[in-house]
Amino acid sequence: MILRTATTGTDVGSPAVNITIFLIFVAVTLAVVLRASRNNRTAADYYAGGRAFTGRQNGIAIAGDYLSAASFLGIAGAIATVGYDGFMYSIGFLVAWLVALLLVAELLRNTGRFTMADVLSFRLQQGPVRTAAAISTLVVSFFYLLAQMAGAGGLVNLLLGVQGSGVQNLVIAVVGVLMIVYVLIGGMKGTTWVQIIKAVLLILGAGLMTIWVLSRAGLNFSELLGDAAAVSPAGQTLLEPGLRYGLTDTTKLDFISLGLALVLGTAGLPHVLMRFYTVPSAKEARRSVVWAIWLIGVFYLFTLVLGFGAAWLVGADKIMAAPGKANSAAPLLAFELGGELLLGVIAAVAFATILAVVAGLTITASASFAHDIYANVLKKGQVRADDEVRVARITAVVIGLVAIVGGIFAKDQNVAFLVALAFAVAASANLPTILYSLFWKRFNTRGALWSMYGGLTTAIVLIIFSPVVSGKVGPDGASLSMITDTGIDFHWFPLDNPGIVSIPVGFLLGWLGTITSKEVGSAEKYAEMEVRSLTGAGAEKAIEH
Amino acid sequence: MSDVPPQRTGYQEVQDSEEFQALRARFRRFVFPLTGLFLVWYFLYVALSAYAPDFMSTEVIGKVNIGLIIGLLQFVSTFAITMAYARWADKNFDPTADKLREHIERGEVK
Repeated sequence: MILRTATTGTDVGSPAVNITIFLIFVAVTLAVVLRASRNNRTAADYYAGGRAFTGRQNGIAIAGDYLSAASFLGIAGAIATVGYDGFMYSIGFLVAWLVALLLVAELLRNTGRFTMADVLSFRLQQGPVRTAAAISTLVVSFFYLLAQMAGAGGLVNLLLGVQGSGVQNLVIAVVGVLMIVYVLIGGMKGTTWVQIIKAVLLILGAGLMTIWVLSRAGLNFSELLGDAAAVSPAGQTLLEPGLRYGLTDTTKLDFISLGLALVLGTAGLPHVLMRFYTVPSAKEARRSVVWAIWLIGVFYLFTLVLGFGAAWLVGADKIMAAPGKANSAAPLLAFELGGELLLGVIAAVAFATILAVVAGLTITASASFAHDIYANVLKKGQVRADDEVRVARITAVVIGLVAIVGGIFAKDQNVAFLVALAFAVAASANLPTILYSLFWKRFNTRGALWSMYGGLTTAIVLIIFSPVVSGKVGPDGASLSMITDTGIDFHWFPLDNPGIVSIPVGFLLGWLGTITSKEVGSAEKYAEMEVRSLTGAGAEKAIEH
Repeated sequence: MSDVPPQRTGYQEVQDSEEFQALRARFRRFVFPLTGLFLVWYFLYVALSAYAPDFMSTEVIGKVNIGLIIGLLQFVSTFAITMAYARWADKNFDPTADKLREHIERGEVK
């Protein structure tokens, strides 16, 4: 597999056009980032964009953050190859936002300052709870980051027509360095503007392609489905459940597990949570989620058409033969419809997507390290805001370098499990503690620590001993695991996704730790947190410049 | 509330007030059942897709089958719940919450 991706280039599109359009995007966003950075002075500027974005702007930025390469290229490709079962991903990703809207966004905005840990440690013991929340934030962000960087490497072959490992490494390094520049110069404000620009381009591009595909099918969705099924190797089963997950009882259970992780993971993703601090009030946080849900929902409806459109107009065989496999469905469809130029736009948008998401993750991870671990745990809060931001900037550079190296090592790996892991860890380690600390008076420090460390460990251990790491063999005898040597097989957990076990474990441990601990939480702190979370009293204000 | 012991904070007084308790109850009565509802509806779809594929494959309109329709209805229900919550919060939640917030921030309870 490594050999194949290294020796096959692509014969579609013009690399010069793709690179030119991408460079235009970089130039425009850099200019915007530079403009936005003029007012970057305080910690709230760097971490939260001065809390001055409107709900609509933040909603678009959230959509930009959330519609990563995995969900744009990945879902379109999944629908093109496994049809119905691919569509189910997008539903889980969308419905998940209701958890964020109803239970988390506003209450979090009202009680925290910069990070997820602000809320979790609000009424519990600062040191241990903050440390646990920061570790979980760093783990989730790192896996997510690695998946994006590796995705960038995988896309290079297809989109830029470059061959060989050296050039791929170079492109990963360029993406990493650009991202560091955005984060250092622009902080959260600059990053947010990059997300907004990218989200608008992505949604417009996908919308245009959707109309194009539908018009080719006579504006008849049913006809599009029929045409896709007619040319698909799967035939009619493309439109029915089970092509990917219906094979055995284990795969069915795996689908339930994935569904659980998707729907409960989103509201525990630290880089999503951090976006709620960029608006001036809980009301604007609510508006952001409303905007995000509409944009993300409409975008997933587009991918439904694009996926079946790619199955029809490009064909599953050609998609799977292309470098990047299923991920190449959307770019190949763009080339089929609009030739070099449209491919160039979509290719540039795909790279912009990776760049923007990686920047968002980096700022989240660096904020968590600087604000939670350095300022609050190591320095016990006795630190000047300038120093904290300086540490955050240094951390961002370190994270960027680690991401470049990690991305280079992971570029030929099966990276789907990294995103699944990020969602499973977010749902198992973060969400239980978030919900308990917002809604359960009795909840205490031991409950939080057991839940976070227990959920985190369970999710990671189950993934290590799952078929995604070792022992999964495809029908053709080739390995489908991360360890491609089929002789090495140490898996004993049958499912690809650990959610169905690790999420209940996270909730259970939170409850068990709480009731076995004699610690009685501070009634004053609980009152302050509850009153603040619901009324917005004492919430951090926007910065006036 | 003048007979409250002096160590009780303003936030605790607000928390104990009838107005806040009513606000909290109203919030929970709205969001908890709604959360349960959309989770059950979502897992019904997931479970039917996994365990009742024949039913989900029944074609209804042309090539569009029951599974796709329920899938698209998940989008509809998500949009509907989003708008219902936003409207409810603007109308029935914010006014009370804002009043309590102003009350606290003017320092009347400290």
